[in-house]
Amino acid sequence: MTERFVIAILVENQPGILTRVASMFNRRGFNIDSLTVSETETHEYSRITISLTGDDGICRQIIKQLKKLYNVKEVKVMDRQKSVFRELALIKLKNVPETRQEILSAVDIFRSKIVDFSPSTLCVEITGETSKIEAFIALVEPLGILEMCRTGVVAIERGCHYLNSDTSL
Amino acid sequence: MILTGAEIVVETLIEQGCKTVFGYPGGQVINLYDALYTRSDRIQHILTAHEQGAAHAADGYARASGEVGVVIATSGPGATNLVTGIATAYLDSIPMVAITGNVPNSLIGKDSFQEVDITGVTLPITKHNFLVKSVDKLADTIREAFKIAKSGRPGPVLVDIPKDVQVASYPYQACPVVEKKMSKKAKGDKLSRAAQMIAESQKPYVYFGGGAVSADISKEITELADKIDAPIGCTMMGLSAVPVNHPRYLGMEGMHGHYASSVSQDEADLIITIGARFSDRATGNVSKYARKAKIIHIDADGAELNKNVSAELGIECDVKDALQRLISLVDQKKNPEWMARIAELKAEEQVQFEKVTAKDRITPYALIQETAKHTEADTPVVTDVGQHQMWVAQYYPFRNSRTFISSGGLGTMGFGLGAAIGAAKATGKRTVLFTGDGSFGMNLNELATVSAENVPVVIVIMNNHVLGMVRQWQTLFFQKHYSNTDLHERKTDFVKLADAFGIRGYRIQDLSELSAVIEKAFAENSPALIDCAIYEDEFVLPMLPPGGCIEDIITERSDK
Ligand SMILES: Cc1ncc(C[n+]2csc(CCOP(=O)(O)OP(=O)(O)O)c2C)c(N)n1
Ligand SMILES: [Mg+2]
Repeated sequence: MTERFVIAILVENQPGILTRVASMFNRRGFNIDSLTVSETETHEYSRITISLTGDDGICRQIIKQLKKLYNVKEVKVMDRQKSVFRELALIKLKNVPETRQEILSAVDIFRSKIVDFSPSTLCVEITGETSKIEAFIALVEPLGILEMCRTGVVAIERGCHYLNSDTSL
Repeated sequence: MILTGAEIVVETLIEQGCKTVFGYPGGQVINLYDALYTRSDRIQHILTAHEQGAAHAADGYARASGEVGVVIATSGPGATNLVTGIATAYLDSIPMVAITGNVPNSLIGKDSFQEVDITGVTLPITKHNFLVKSVDKLADTIREAFKIAKSGRPGPVLVDIPKDVQVASYPYQACPVVEKKMSKKAKGDKLSRAAQMIAESQKPYVYFGGGAVSADISKEITELADKIDAPIGCTMMGLSAVPVNHPRYLGMEGMHGHYASSVSQDEADLIITIGARFSDRATGNVSKYARKAKIIHIDADGAELNKNVSAELGIECDVKDALQRLISLVDQKKNPEWMARIAELKAEEQVQFEKVTAKDRITPYALIQETAKHTEADTPVVTDVGQHQMWVAQYYPFRNSRTFISSGGLGTMGFGLGAAIGAAKATGKRTVLFTGDGSFGMNLNELATVSAENVPVVIVIMNNHVLGMVRQWQTLFFQKHYSNTDLHERKTDFVKLADAFGIRGYRIQDLSELSAVIEKAFAENSPALIDCAIYEDEFVLPMLPPGGCIEDIITERSDK
């Protein structure tokens, strides 16, 4: 059964490490839905968040292959129930009188915001779980999406659980 | 002590116990070669004819000794020439450190002369690699490279050193040899479960791969098999870890495995797998592989568990420790029916063998047996890739572990001569290379190295004048369309070739000459080459066709 997994990876903050991680996925034929890299609470490590679709076996295999990479410190599948997932999208839409009201109410309902407004275009910023963003996109798609970009998922566990096993309260 | 980067490299190699390195100089390692020059009392450098040969030599050195093999090359083409050698070591999990020079930091990224991003190129074929940007990191990086190369599941590590780092100076202090990182110990409950599964089985089969060679567990394997009354089979990479004459030993299984070994694996109800990775060459069609068996998979690399086949019980651990503990956990068993069945299969195999092995010509079997009369238990036996490799794997009477040296995972034609040089250097023993006319043609330039170093290697070319392995597939699966596999037109005179390199050369064309000529070749402990003509349509049998299963096994030729 295939489902979506979000894997958080703590890696040493060194040049080339993103290539190593990405290359492993490529070489072993694992598809990535989204990938983000960012700074963390310490300068020593960066955090990579990868979202992908696959079955349990593939997920386990990926975890093991990631753990073998030299600069990888921690790897964890983010638990659906016990983590917060967020992603941000910027969506540029046609700004015409016929659809404007519809867009504005969609923006309102989804608690997103307009971050740019020009005579012919407007741009919406929306933050939330992937499912929310996808629902919004589905809603405004018929109204003409001119351009779109998404950050990909980031995730963090709730409560006193940390990716870095050295971290404690 | 303030040293230059180049000197630091050499001192660190010495400190890490490296006595021999293989390589080829060039502009971006000229400083390193200068440092080698002044320390030639402590570390021997073997100049090869080609960097690929040097990489295979370092690999052969590692396989024969269990030590980390070291190879050095210059930037650009020197570094890219290592690629096949590094990939060969990677696929067979061989500990190796490759050191390359690169253009100075200031020229990196400018497409400078002989600049190649070799860490990028070798990313998927190294266990890890490093670009050392400053001299203060140099010694520790090399130490770390050794540690990674030999820890857990071994593998090659590349260290790329820009020229300015070799020129810069930095204090150096010798350190002890880095210890390998110990693999974790198997969990007790998993071993108890394994013991339980063994107790419940009636037809256990002990199965090992290259991991058994690197973990040095020959003794544990036979002990376990004795205790649970099981036959022993292996992958090609496992060969030599258990002596061929051991009564429980059935030999290699898989595509060209021994009949009894493959069939009994299919009939087994439990396969205890140690340090093997279920490659397609070993399993055939995985969905039909060992359908009646439960699998226990014990491996140093957790990522191998459930990668190709799913195991009832997977244990990621230090395999030697795990086996020793498992042996003490299991009770002495007796499986008389199963062992009787094994004996029956062995008898069947013998009948098949007699049927397909000619007596009136030089068969690969006869050639191998005749050669083996002149070798010892610890003689390294190296092969290239093709039919000859399979025949050696099937018929050579291996006695000591680490004496079978062959490219398994990558199947690299041209591996043999370089690897034989490395094995001979590592062991100080006379070494035998079985090669094919095709494979030998790929790297025969290393005859220059053999000659210069007077490496005592006896090269046996099984000369069928064809790319025999490919031809066999063409015969079986491509209506005998021998597309580009016939080498008769090459007219290479290998005896003259040997002569040109200052090496003794012999020719065998008829069965009547076989034993006398081989004896002559082995009479002196100096390099020799034997060009032995064999029949072009000799088959490697049995054969499980690619993607096939045990029912598809081919045991004799039906095309004639
Ligand atoms: C570098 C490389 N190129 C191509 C192949 C494909 N290949 C496998 S076996 C073989 C034929 C080998 O011929 P030879 O060395 O004469 O051995 P024989 O099979 O005749 O004993 C070839 C071309 C390979 N394994 N390696
Ligand atoms: Mg041939």
